[in-house]
Amino acid sequence: MTTDTSTDQSTTKADWTSDQEPRWCPGCGDYSILSAMQLLMPQLGARPENTVFVSGIGCAARFPYYMKTYGMHGIHGRAPALATGLATCRPDLDVWVVGGDGDILSIGGNHLLHSLRRNVNIKILLFNNQIYGLTKGQYSPTSEIGKVTKSTPLGSVDEPLNPLSVALGAEATFVARTHDMDRTHMQDMFRRAWEHSGAAFVEVYQNCNVFNDGAFAEITKKDKRPSMLISLQHGEPIRFGAEGERGVIMNRSGELQIVEVADVGEENLLIHDERAETPSLAFALSRLSSGPFMPTPIGVFRAVGGPEYASQVSRQLAFAQERSGPGDLHALLRSRATWDVA
Amino acid sequence: MTDTVIQQPSQRTVEDLDRLVIRFAGDSGDGMQLTGDRFTSASALFGNDLATLPDFPAEIRAPAGTLHGVSAFQVQVASETVTTPGDAPTVLVAMNPAALRSELDRLEVGGTVIINSDAFQERNLDKAGYSDDPLTDGTLDHYTTYLVPMTSLTKEVCKDLGVKPRDAERSKNFFALGVVSWLFDRPTEPTLDWIDMKFGKRPLVAAANSVAFKAGHAFGETTEMFQATYKVRPAELEPGTYTSINGNTALSWGLIAAAQQAKLPLFLASYPITPASDVLHELSGRKNFGVRTFQAEDEIAAVCAAVGASFGGHIGVTTTSGPGLALKAETIGLALSIELPLLVIDIQRGGPSTGLPTKTEASDLNLALYGRHGEAPLPIVAAYSPSQCFFAAIEAVRIALKYRTPVILLSDGYLANGSEPWRLPDLEDLPDISVDFTTQFNDSDEDGNPVFQPYKRAPETLARPWAVPGTPGLMHRVGGLEKEDVTGNISYTPANHGLMTEVRAAKVDGIAADIPPTMLDSDGPATVAVLSWGSVWGSVTSAVRRVRAAGTAVDHLHLTHLNPLHADLGDLLGRYRTVLVPEMNLGQLASIVRSRYLIDVKSINKVEGVPFTASEIAAAIAGAVDDD
Repeated sequence: MTTDTSTDQSTTKADWTSDQEPRWCPGCGDYSILSAMQLLMPQLGARPENTVFVSGIGCAARFPYYMKTYGMHGIHGRAPALATGLATCRPDLDVWVVGGDGDILSIGGNHLLHSLRRNVNIKILLFNNQIYGLTKGQYSPTSEIGKVTKSTPLGSVDEPLNPLSVALGAEATFVARTHDMDRTHMQDMFRRAWEHSGAAFVEVYQNCNVFNDGAFAEITKKDKRPSMLISLQHGEPIRFGAEGERGVIMNRSGELQIVEVADVGEENLLIHDERAETPSLAFALSRLSSGPFMPTPIGVFRAVGGPEYASQVSRQLAFAQERSGPGDLHALLRSRATWDVA
Repeated sequence: MTDTVIQQPSQRTVEDLDRLVIRFAGDSGDGMQLTGDRFTSASALFGNDLATLPDFPAEIRAPAGTLHGVSAFQVQVASETVTTPGDAPTVLVAMNPAALRSELDRLEVGGTVIINSDAFQERNLDKAGYSDDPLTDGTLDHYTTYLVPMTSLTKEVCKDLGVKPRDAERSKNFFALGVVSWLFDRPTEPTLDWIDMKFGKRPLVAAANSVAFKAGHAFGETTEMFQATYKVRPAELEPGTYTSINGNTALSWGLIAAAQQAKLPLFLASYPITPASDVLHELSGRKNFGVRTFQAEDEIAAVCAAVGASFGGHIGVTTTSGPGLALKAETIGLALSIELPLLVIDIQRGGPSTGLPTKTEASDLNLALYGRHGEAPLPIVAAYSPSQCFFAAIEAVRIALKYRTPVILLSDGYLANGSEPWRLPDLEDLPDISVDFTTQFNDSDEDGNPVFQPYKRAPETLARPWAVPGTPGLMHRVGGLEKEDVTGNISYTPANHGLMTEVRAAKVDGIAADIPPTMLDSDGPATVAVLSWGSVWGSVTSAVRRVRAAGTAVDHLHLTHLNPLHADLGDLLGRYRTVLVPEMNLGQLASIVRSRYLIDVKSINKVEGVPFTASEIAAAIAGAVDDD
């Protein structure tokens, strides 16, 4: 991505704020994500005219209307596909995709998988609130088993999806998790996604205070964070707790396990490697917690290089022109057997 | 019987034919499409006018020797202009019993059957469901039959090449091609050159095919089996340079031409589907024209990617067939609502559901017109001949760009795979279809500050401005929610939705003033007319000629645009006492015409996976004239 930080090009939050008043419920986590983004953009040196937000349908999908950039509020689930076409044709743009768990993991699950495996240069932000909000409170593909909602009066019997495991299963080259209660951490993750060349997937734990209030409170409330959020740092031992007293090891069966550092010794803690070639370690980390009631890793799980889709497509175009010369329509029409009638 | 050649010594004559309809039929693995293609190519180079009909099963290789594995290719070659692949074939080449059984009924009585007699063994007869040998039981009594042991003769001539007998057998289609090339006096060089070109990297295969082809030719000349050879003289065609082209190739090249004439890059996003995939294949090989192709994960992703490309200022195109068009409906509605150019190409096939993937039908007109929720009108263009697909593609792109609207272009399986000689157009004559992106503010706010209003329309076209990402100052958001007139902001106001609905309809209706009139073919006063759309044009054109030659007056009206309809159509239709509407559906256009113009047209239907024959339409015209 291009960065232009010359002073006359610099922007402020106002340059990224559209004249449309957000229509989210008061207290919605989406407000803090929006604000984090609008404040981050000037820091990145990004340009509003070169930035596009694409979305599907849902509360989160209203996001583009509030960014003073180019934007498309598409149809349910299809934002990654819309963005793929745009990013493939216009590698000069910063293309972001915003959607909720129903939009991106349920109706649009297929497009998520394929945009990630192609490594298209789009930045996908999944606002995960574990509920359908805009349709007023049905269970979503990330809702926990037993969830009582309007469509599951006796509790959900569907096994939920783990969004990060899904993304890593598609071998996404950039995978991260953050939450709506920590602006600095969100901005760090969005920045890393923006800097990444290729598809980036960021799960944002987002509170829906109307239909699923407090879904992540057990881990994201300020007093809970030290003991419940495991902040991943590349090249550092994985540990957490107010005093860093707990940590993660890989046991003899190759499984990750949360331990007391004093019990195993600091030197035996797992060192986080976001650049590991295979996604195995990141995948194991994504399975460490089975829900937002256990210690849960946040941060960058995986950030590896890899051929970016649009540049590969452009390269083939250049190669074809080099090999066959620029297209000549007159010659093309005559490229098969022809005959003349006098 | 299988190894006997009927010798009928006689004086050999050369007879002139105005036209020849030949049908090659064999097993899916016998190379019948290739054989037909080569016969067609040689005939085109010889100067005949022609039209082809490939007719193959959906299975890649159905069990060998069975009826459902039969693959056929029909071509009409003529010394006059033709617009159909012919009605009943006059010559049938049958490579095995299944081919004979499945195709013989099509042959005109008294026609010629050329049979690979080696294939008529008991096992193959069983597989084809023959209890008696059709070569001896009287089945062929009403036909002129030539039994040629093609397999064994091919193996024999390939022996010295060092080709394994099993491999040599695969060249028997070239033996058959050699026989008919001799019988119908086709030039041999194009075929031999083509074999060298195509199989140059596999010299043994090339040698076997060449030898088999020459042996077939020599067989015809030396056996005295045939009492006559036939000549179909070159047709009197308009001067120019010609090539042989099928609809899908013409369509692909038309898209490339459209992009050049629009001065915008082309982006094709498609999901593989019969019979549309060849457009994806052809354009994937044209990257040097700056064409980006994208094989999407599904039909919906394909059309969405095309919309994304259009948002970015490229020409977003997606190709599909009926099932795919059904899946794309919601996204087409989005493109319609956000008013961006989009071209959706539907190569129609037999439906509903999976239907007849490899057979033709024209039954998606209602889906194209009405297959979206809400009031969602869009322009529809329909191609009518294989080569005309080139121009239809340019026209569809022109409308999409100029009016910022999704356009559906209808082709069909017959046009897609059928081929004909095409007089190459002068590229200078192609229309300039370029449009301007908006780069400046187009309005001012209450305080007089310049602003960009994404839904402030051009009064003439009602098209909204197209400002693409990367343009400073014109950042704006579009979406599927209803938009406020002019500003494009979300609006749920009742009156505004009414206005926007009417404006979207008016925009499409207004295109009627910007398209050519109805194609009218009239030969003097007539009280009966045939109204056609799509590929049925060919059969109607041929039928109308026949009827006129018999002294009956009939007019032919053809629609190149199905929405909006041509502005002159209502007046034209009012001139006739009887209007016939032949369609490869149960009367979709007929219903539209009835409701729109209150004219009780007579619907003629054929939904059998094959085009109308000219005779069927000529009979309908004759019936209408008698009743008139």
